Amino acid sequence: MTIWSIVWKSLRQHALSTCVTALCVALAAGLLMSVWSVEDQSQAAFTGINAGFDAVLGARGSKLQLVLNAIFHVESSPGNLAWSDYLDIQKNPNVALAVPLAVGDNYRGYRLVGTTPDFFDKSQYASGKRFKVMPGGRFFDPTLREAVVGNFVARRLGLKLGDTFHPYHGLIFDEKNQHSETYLVVGLLEPSNTPADRVIWIPLEGVQKMTGHDPNAAEDISAVLVKLKGGSALGGFQMDMMYNKQGNRLTFAWPIGQVIAGLFDKLGWFDRVLTLVSYLVAVVAAGSILAAIYNSINERRREIAILRALGARRVTVFAAILLEAASISALGACAGFGIYGFIMMIASEVIRAQTGVVLEIFKFDSVLLWGPGALVALGALAGAVPAFRAYRIEVAQNLAPIS
Amino acid sequence: MPLLEISQLKKSFVGPEGDEQRIIDVNYFTVASKTQIALQGESGSGKTTFLHLIAGILRPDSGSVLLAGQQMSQLKESQRDRLRASTIGYIFQNFNLLQGYTCLENVLLAMSFGRGVNRGFAESLLQRVGLGDRLQHYPRQLSTGQQQRVAVARALANRPKLVLADEPTGNLDQRNGRAALALIRQTCHENNAALLIVSHDREALSQFDHVQLFSQINQTSPREVPA
Repeated sequence: MTIWSIVWKSLRQHALSTCVTALCVALAAGLLMSVWSVEDQSQAAFTGINAGFDAVLGARGSKLQLVLNAIFHVESSPGNLAWSDYLDIQKNPNVALAVPLAVGDNYRGYRLVGTTPDFFDKSQYASGKRFKVMPGGRFFDPTLREAVVGNFVARRLGLKLGDTFHPYHGLIFDEKNQHSETYLVVGLLEPSNTPADRVIWIPLEGVQKMTGHDPNAAEDISAVLVKLKGGSALGGFQMDMMYNKQGNRLTFAWPIGQVIAGLFDKLGWFDRVLTLVSYLVAVVAAGSILAAIYNSINERRREIAILRALGARRVTVFAAILLEAASISALGACAGFGIYGFIMMIASEVIRAQTGVVLEIFKFDSVLLWGPGALVALGALAGAVPAFRAYRIEVAQNLAPIS
Repeated sequence: MPLLEISQLKKSFVGPEGDEQRIIDVNYFTVASKTQIALQGESGSGKTTFLHLIAGILRPDSGSVLLAGQQMSQLKESQRDRLRASTIGYIFQNFNLLQGYTCLENVLLAMSFGRGVNRGFAESLLQRVGLGDRLQHYPRQLSTGQQQRVAVARALANRPKLVLADEPTGNLDQRNGRAALALIRQTCHENNAALLIVSHDREALSQFDHVQLFSQINQTSPREVPA
């Protein structure tokens, strides 16, 4: 028999209270770990995604809106730019690759993005990784009405090779706005875990010359993805000066990661609120441990007095109650990993559906170590109050049965 | 030197009306090793308080309790706890078994605070008191008499030099009371432990050769007439 067996007995004797309290801790642990992990992972993922490009050129407006539209395929385009702007930047000596994009249509809520084959042939969405189509498919012919469907869209809409569809006008799905053109699915993208998975890719001209679009804007594009030579910081700086400071017609969003980091800075308050909520839940959980054990001490006065009469020292009783509190916290912290996995599963699915970015549920984050550790310490700290109460119990007064 | 030597022991409590009531006033009292002493006293005469003072559960207002050569009043509380665990076995009036622990665990737990856990000895003690087939039973699954036998085994768990028994027959009928008392005496004898028993039950104490009136050693107790 050791102090641990005293603790174990007590936990078993108060099984319901132990389970409910541990569940509170589990919620706190799960929430704390998932908030922290989602924040870290999403920040790393979003600031790391650039579709293999360094910058985006678009109409005068918000850099963030431009990047969200051109890279993440969310938000509306800040406006169009002329084909000549594309030709100009393509010729810029600092530019290694420029790929035009045109948006404005959707198919059942998933946007169609018009581009040139360069997007697939010459760019790498991550180091050493190029877009690939699944076996049996191919990239579109820019002169035909063909489509390459992102992996996520294909799965959601059940699109297969050889399927045809009619695009709908606008970025929001409205059945009344169907275009008459028919597109043939010739390729399904292999999963890239990037926003490209959430898009249907068609030739640039397809978007530009879709029936119902303004014929005067038939040569306009929505944005240009720009890859600088050797990722040149100097080149980026010069172009930033040229487009953003000296010019007033276009916006050059560079570097992409920094623009997205700005978004996270703006959303920092939201992270802080979530983190604060998880801290509060942790404090409530610690409070529930304190209350549960503190209340149980009253009915355990005789048991504690018996232990003391048998020779248990005050510090032994104190330590046993402290360990009991820490054990409840530890149980909760362990169960918290289950809640963490559940929250992460839902969060990653939502983020993937909304942005195409995939979070790894079981990716190591330091919060997975310090989070549960801090909760166990907090639980033990909360246990100090009832432990002190138990410490002070007078043996002689409490040896008689409590009626 | 006697195993237990008490002198000038005094203990008072504050009554409900704030007045100080002296409960214990023992001039001199000794228990020699391996002897068995019975004290008879009425309920409320301070017998339990007296035993608590001997066990170091209560601190006296004044006087000395010399147990196994150690002056209780000079020991820190933790030292008294250790001395109690290793030197004294206590059979409480209400047995005070821990309800969440099996018979065996009750005995093992007492060992863990004293001379260390010895599972074989714990089992042999429970077999000795006739509970060899009840090792894994919880107190609530036992009769009152069986619970008391667990309390006896637990009191002997640390091979104590002195066993204190407080009204050990108080919760038993006459037949079981006699049997329990005989068992306590016999097991103490077998384990070379001295026995100090306090009870109001004249009938139960009749099996002792000599019964001392508690009122004769405690100056505050009302005088009684021996049976």
